[in-house]
Amino acid sequence: MRHLYPVGRLGFMAPPSKAIEAGASVSLELRVNGEPHAVSVPVHKTLLEVLREDIGLTGTKHGCELGECGTCTVLVDGQPVLSCLALPATLEGHDVTTVEGLESADGLHPLQQTFVELGAAQCGYCTPGFVLAAKALLDDNPQPSRADIETALGGNLCRCTGYLKIYEAVELAAARMRGEPGEPTREMLYGAG
Amino acid sequence: MDRIEGLAKLTGAERYVDDLPLDGMLWGMTVRSPAPRGRVTGVHFGSGVDWSEFVVVDHHDIPGDNTVLLIETDQPLLAGEYVRHAEEPIALVAHRSREMVRRAIREIEVTIDPDPPIFDFTAEPTQDQIQHGSDNALKRIDITKGDVDAALVRAARVVEGEYRTGSQEHVYLENQGMIAWEEDGVLVIKGSLQCPFYVLKAAVRALGRDSDHVRIVQTPTGGGFGGKEEYPSMIALHAALLALKAEQPVRIIYDRGEDMRATTKRHPSLVRHRTGVDGDGRLVAQDIDVALDGGAYVTLSPVVLSRGVIHAAGPYACDNVRIRGRAMLTNSPPHGAFRGFGAPQTHFANERHMDVIAATIGIDPDEFRRRNLIVDGQTTATGQRITDGTDRVALLDHALELSSYHERQDKHRSLNASHPYLRRGIGLAAFHHGAGFTGSGEVMLASELHLAGLPDGRIEVLSANIEMGQGTLTVFTKLVCDRLGLRPEHVVIADADTGRVPDSGPTVASRTTMVVGRLVDDSDTGDRVTQAIIDWHVERDEPLVGHAKYEPPPGIEWDETTYTGDAYATYGWATYVAEVEVDLRTYTARVTDFVAVQDVGTVLHETLARGQIQGGVVQAIGWALTEECAWSNGVMQNNQLTNYIIPTSDDVPPIRVSFVENPFAHGPHGAKGLGELPMDGPAPAIANAVARAIDADPRAIPLTPEHLMDLLSNGR
Repeated sequence: MRHLYPVGRLGFMAPPSKAIEAGASVSLELRVNGEPHAVSVPVHKTLLEVLREDIGLTGTKHGCELGECGTCTVLVDGQPVLSCLALPATLEGHDVTTVEGLESADGLHPLQQTFVELGAAQCGYCTPGFVLAAKALLDDNPQPSRADIETALGGNLCRCTGYLKIYEAVELAAARMRGEPGEPTREMLYGAG
Repeated sequence: MDRIEGLAKLTGAERYVDDLPLDGMLWGMTVRSPAPRGRVTGVHFGSGVDWSEFVVVDHHDIPGDNTVLLIETDQPLLAGEYVRHAEEPIALVAHRSREMVRRAIREIEVTIDPDPPIFDFTAEPTQDQIQHGSDNALKRIDITKGDVDAALVRAARVVEGEYRTGSQEHVYLENQGMIAWEEDGVLVIKGSLQCPFYVLKAAVRALGRDSDHVRIVQTPTGGGFGGKEEYPSMIALHAALLALKAEQPVRIIYDRGEDMRATTKRHPSLVRHRTGVDGDGRLVAQDIDVALDGGAYVTLSPVVLSRGVIHAAGPYACDNVRIRGRAMLTNSPPHGAFRGFGAPQTHFANERHMDVIAATIGIDPDEFRRRNLIVDGQTTATGQRITDGTDRVALLDHALELSSYHERQDKHRSLNASHPYLRRGIGLAAFHHGAGFTGSGEVMLASELHLAGLPDGRIEVLSANIEMGQGTLTVFTKLVCDRLGLRPEHVVIADADTGRVPDSGPTVASRTTMVVGRLVDDSDTGDRVTQAIIDWHVERDEPLVGHAKYEPPPGIEWDETTYTGDAYATYGWATYVAEVEVDLRTYTARVTDFVAVQDVGTVLHETLARGQIQGGVVQAIGWALTEECAWSNGVMQNNQLTNYIIPTSDDVPPIRVSFVENPFAHGPHGAKGLGELPMDGPAPAIANAVARAIDADPRAIPLTPEHLMDLLSNGR
């Protein structure tokens, strides 16, 4: 009962235009959170490792490195992608967003606020992946149903929260982004019952 | 109050062990046993690798005793001549390039001259399989109350049953990891862990250093659930051995496959019940036999067994109880601490058995429990008199009402009679969980906590208790704020650094809020707040520190030799109700609704408390329905998240959480422990619901589609 991101469907995962020898190093310019980063890395080094080790953005986490848990999710041109399966060589000219890029000049993203308020982050390790997948959903669908949220977050595993508080945080952020009453209900804070 | 470190977790600022920068660091990896039991005949380093570039450590490099000190000293830090389980650590390798060390480790071959392993903890070992004592029992515990044999003879009915549970992997999202380096003669070990002083004690023994020359520091921990209670000592000391030999910092981070294959899991169990009831449906005798699979070394199995047997008779009154428990050695990787710590296994058996008895004698399961739940003044299996004022029958009735238990049964009957392939059922479980360490454990821990007034007027809490998602930092901050009338920004929680903090005990056993939180509340800095603290530092050149030390609640008595008395200072009490739907086309069972009603004393922080309950329920849904370790020759075969299936967003029902607050006089503001309770009840409630839905009699979990098909086709 698992939805994995349809990585292969996305155009930017197409192979680079010229062949690159296995094991070779490549020099690339990656645009991450709106800033250009020049890196020179082995061609097989994953986006996850390059973000963490070459660019110093450690907010994106290792979870399984096999595309199973969603912990390493980042956005590429606004779409969620598993960075442990993505190669930087295929991403030049695209926009990569990590959790460090969620906050804007206007302040925290509403999702960051509501995840804190509603207790949707516990150990916090899966949180960057969840909040980015949720951002992609809300950018595409400002009024998602609970089922839409479950589907959009279905590729991300969490072991602490039982998911319910995460759904509530996404629903509250969506309401605030639509300009609707932004106060969490008692039900959202404490659950029904 | 929002979670103290919440914003750091939402911005990527929180630094877990794998995120910490280390100059000139090496990556360490572990060479492991390919066989479950035998003599190590050789470790062969392949010729295709320039080994001079690598740091290699084996058991000869251990400065102190070759042991991971815990309760016993039988588990080696690095196996020398002999291995007792597959994946047992034998040697360590480090290199500055992670890729090089990953490649090189595949070029190391360990050869083993095998001896016969044992994997079935329920079977009598043959002579050549015996490896511990005379019969492979790592620990035996018996509890006796009244005269069971006589009561069974007198009973109107005797009902027997046998129940099994499987191992469970923790699946904390952050894999295990440690870093180590030496700094001015002090070895510093940092990492993802629950019990800094466990690691410190193990380090002193194996590294032959005194505790002034080792510092253990916890890093923000990405989930633990017990999985980071004992195993981190192993990794910490491995990183230390490499760092000492290399004279460089070393980082060991397990990947998911290694973590799932090599580290601990929940103990598998087999529990047998023989129960006598009288003509009114009251329990007159409970004869219970508990067996746990301890794995290859003693580790924590004696205390897991202890909590398991103490909870085995459930929250019921019965004058005649006999519980015989044993944890057996097998050649599997050692099973270890996991949320609930033996109680989920014995509660599964007991609560499934209660439904089996009710069906046998023709009483509704809820009514059967109502007649037998402990009322104030009655005693538990260990003879502990319960006088806490909690109305356990009212808890049960509240759960039935919230879940529309009886109305749903009627609806299910008509659906099940007419639907071509869907079947629904509803089931319940009543249970309890002792908060804090068992017996005299808290007295022996003698936890200490300090509150310091800092020169800028803020209060610093110094304790060894850690944050792993459950909310320690927030609860401690809230307790200080409430006590001293401060705002959260005036409170800092010190890093759990054994070089600075007193030993307030491990972060386990649902004890942090109740036992250590009480010390926060008790600390004697009470009337000296911000300005007074600043004045103190202006006037004096000495630190301002308040101390608190654990004092047991009055009247608590426990006899370890006879296993009688007050096993815990207090208990959480609960009734959970699960509704399930089984699809007869796919044999898939799904939880469609869940109600969790509990008394955990005063709820200190409602958002955190509900998060703990909901998360625990979902973890237990996984244990009940989908999480199954596939073992072959003592190795977990499905060590990936693709084929070890934990609940996803698709598998989560609405979970309604209700707290019935009955303050506990000796907890902070009346709070009791709550973190483990939600692991105990869901599995039997779900199995009872499945039994109703498909009119079958499941006796084991997980109820995967394969097992449900077997149950429906073959009746087992």
